[in-house]
Formats: sequence, C-alpha cells, structure tokens
Amino acid sequence: MAGGDSAAVSAVEGRLSELSTNSDEKGLPRRGKSLSGRTLNTAQIQLVASHPEVYEPCDDSFALVDALLSDKAQLLTLKPRLCMEIGCGSGYVITSLAIMLRQLGSGTQYLATDINQHAVETTQATLEAHGVHADVIATDIVSGLEKRLHGLVDVVVVNPPYVPTPEEEIESNGIASSWAGGINGRQVIDRILPAVRELLSERGWLYMIALEDNDPLDICHLMNEKGYASRVLLKRCTEEESLYVLKFWQDASTGTNASHAARSPRSESSWLSQLPFRSLWHKNA
Amino acid sequence: MRLLTHNMLASNARGAVTGYPLKLQVVKWSTKEVEPNPEFLRGMLPKIDWPALVAATQALGLPELLPEAPPTDAELSAEGAAADEGSALRRLHRALLEIHIEEGALVCPDTDRCFPISRGVPNMLLHEDEVRN
Ligand SMILES: C[S@@+](CC[C@H](N)C(=O)[O-])C[C@H]1O[C@@H](n2cnc3c(N)ncnc32)[C@H](O)[C@@H]1O
Repeated sequence: MAGGDSAAVSAVEGRLSELSTNSDEKGLPRRGKSLSGRTLNTAQIQLVASHPEVYEPCDDSFALVDALLSDKAQLLTLKPRLCMEIGCGSGYVITSLAIMLRQLGSGTQYLATDINQHAVETTQATLEAHGVHADVIATDIVSGLEKRLHGLVDVVVVNPPYVPTPEEEIESNGIASSWAGGINGRQVIDRILPAVRELLSERGWLYMIALEDNDPLDICHLMNEKGYASRVLLKRCTEEESLYVLKFWQDASTGTNASHAARSPRSESSWLSQLPFRSLWHKNA
Repeated sequence: MRLLTHNMLASNARGAVTGYPLKLQVVKWSTKEVEPNPEFLRGMLPKIDWPALVAATQALGLPELLPEAPPTDAELSAEGAAADEGSALRRLHRALLEIHIEEGALVCPDTDRCFPISRGVPNMLLHEDEVRN
C-alpha cells in the first residue's frame, strides 16, 4: 500500500502523552455513584430499561460515554444538527448524548438504530424515562436511511458487536448478535464503516469502540485511505479486554491522494511518523 | 417516529425502485411540544423533500398544516416567527418535530411491502430473501 505505515500514523493524531493521560483511569469516579457532575450529564443506570435479549450497559458502553463526555465542549461547539447511534441496545449511550447536549435544544436531533427488535423498544423506554427524544428505527445498520441522509449526519456513535466469534454467530437472533463480531470481531464493523462514511457530513465525527483484537490501527488505516483522520480518545484495559474509543473526522490532508501532504515535515504527526508506531501502540495497550 | 425521520426513510425491499416516499398509514399519533430552533429549521429545509412532507401531513388528516410550496428563507427568518403560532416557521417545526407517529405503518410505494410502526418505532427489517441486491 502506498504510504505504508507513515500514512496510518498521520491518521492517528493522538500524541503519546495523550494516550497515557487518557488511559489513566484512577481519577475517575465509578459510574452509578451520584454526586459527581457525570450523573447529571449521562443516563442514570437505574432508569435504563432492560430486557433479557438486550445488551446491558457494560464497560464498553461506559467507555464510549466517558469519551463523549471528555469531548463535550467540542460537541457543543460543533452544534451537530443530526446525531445518530448505530446499534443502540439499551439506549444508554444515545440517551447520555442527548442529555449531555441538552442545551442545544431542538437544534440537535437524534436517531438510533438497532437490528434487535427488543433493543429498539428498550431504547425507546430508556429515552422516555429520561425525558429526552430520539427517533428509533429497527433496521440493519442504516438500511433505508443511506440515500436521504447522505452527508447529513454530524455525529455518529457506535459500540459495535466486536467480539471475535465464528462467522455464523453474527446471524443469530437476540443477545448473541449484540457482541458477535465474526472473524477478528471485524465483520460487522467493516460493514458499518462504509455506511457511516456515506452518512457523515463534511464536518462530521464518528466515535467508535474497538477492541485490541479488532486491530484498531488497521481500522484507522482503512479510514485514512478514505480521507479520515483519527485519534484515540480513550483507552481502557479491563481484565478481559483492551478497549479503545476512536474518533474519526474528515481531513483534506489525509487519504491516498494526499500521502504527500501527510509526509510533509510539518506537524507533530510527521514527527510521530518517524516512530515505530505499531510497536508503540501495542506497548501502550 | 417524527415526520423528519419519515422524510429520510426509504424502502430497501427487493423490487423497490426508489422505495421513496413511504406511504404513511397512521393509527395513532401524538403531539409533544418543543421549543422551535429557527437555525435548525432553516438548515434542514433544503434537505427536506417537500411533497413527501406534505403527503405525510395529509395522511395524518392535517391538510391545512403546510402550504403546497415550501416556505422561503425570508419567511423562516421573519422577526417574531418563532413566537407566532401560525407562522410558516412554527408550522414547519410542528410538522417535522412535534408530531409523533405511535402506531401505524410505512408502505413501500413500489412493492407495497408494509413496515409496521409499533410503539413509535418503525420496523424496517427485511428477511434475507427480501433484501434488494
Ligand atoms: C455491544 S452492543 C452495544 C449496545 C449499546 N449501544 C451500548 O453501548 O450499551 C451492540 C449493539 O449493536 C446491535 N447490532 C448488531 N448488529 C447490528 C446491525 N447489523 N445493525 C444494527 N445494530 C446491530 C446489537 O443488537 C447490540 O444492541
């Protein structure tokens, strides 16, 4: 591939210092505890609806919401017109986003999709319990919306099914489809990314969870080829997994036609490009 | 589901040509008032398929709500428009964002495939053999 690793590196704009501060979880209060400003800014766990066939808010959901919270000021400045969650599950994330951005009023509208019929109902109930609104649609990724919403969505958030599983498990109905990601956990992610690129506006942002096993660097690489820069907003290691929250945005200086610009000896990203990034990435994980 | 979303949704059923606009069948709907945001409405209007929005308000039995032609930018920016219940701005706001379809269906204009709306949520899921290639 032209550009090789240096292109990928320019895509991952996150500086190493950021990686280490962002992954320091010590200062953060645990979720569910009130008192902190965070509970006012997110959905309340006790108000999140549940169903035996629907993914309950978990470490990944919390990581995504925490990353959104850390970007709250930027989101308020962006004033997104349309925000969308793909795979909304219990509704914890989209509800939290709507609460976080409440001051934007009806200037920001929310959409949420899930392939699981019980999930869309659960999301609806969670939204209602918090007095916020999103239009919820039962559909495969964004099927039915791709044409008319083309280039109109300013913020997309995704906590995809990312667990490496046998391919067949993706097709299963109900709860297994909330995590089953097929080979390398990438099979649903790799269908979501092109769909998101269709919907994102020029100024749009994608926030997505990925696991170490999903090869986040490769995901950044792929997005970079399509003109998206990226950075690691948050990294969290639990006993079972290393989670990343990646943020993507369109950047004229990235993409296959811009490999020259990406290599210009200008920014800190080109400083970064001289480092063996892949190994640093793994060391930081 | 609001009419904003109806305006953005198409059928992907096999045999659909454009699959748009979906015919709206309403069994139950409600209104929830929210503060209008003129900037949002002005920005969104150029993206709205006006005939589809008008047809949806007609399906709701609200033929008076919207005029045949979309409002102009000047109308939407008129002073006091947000406060005046009868203004073009408020009508557009009501149509797009305040009406909630609770029960009903969306019907593909090309194939007549029916997508039910239940408890406010349209179900656009297709069986594998129904999906357009
Ligand atoms: C890991 S769960 C995340 C749920 C919720 N967003 C959260 O963070 O707690 C992934 C969700 O994606 C949904 N999903 C899986 N495949 C999908 C597809 N093809 N289209 C839409 N949603 C899908 C699952 O039903 C599940 O609710």
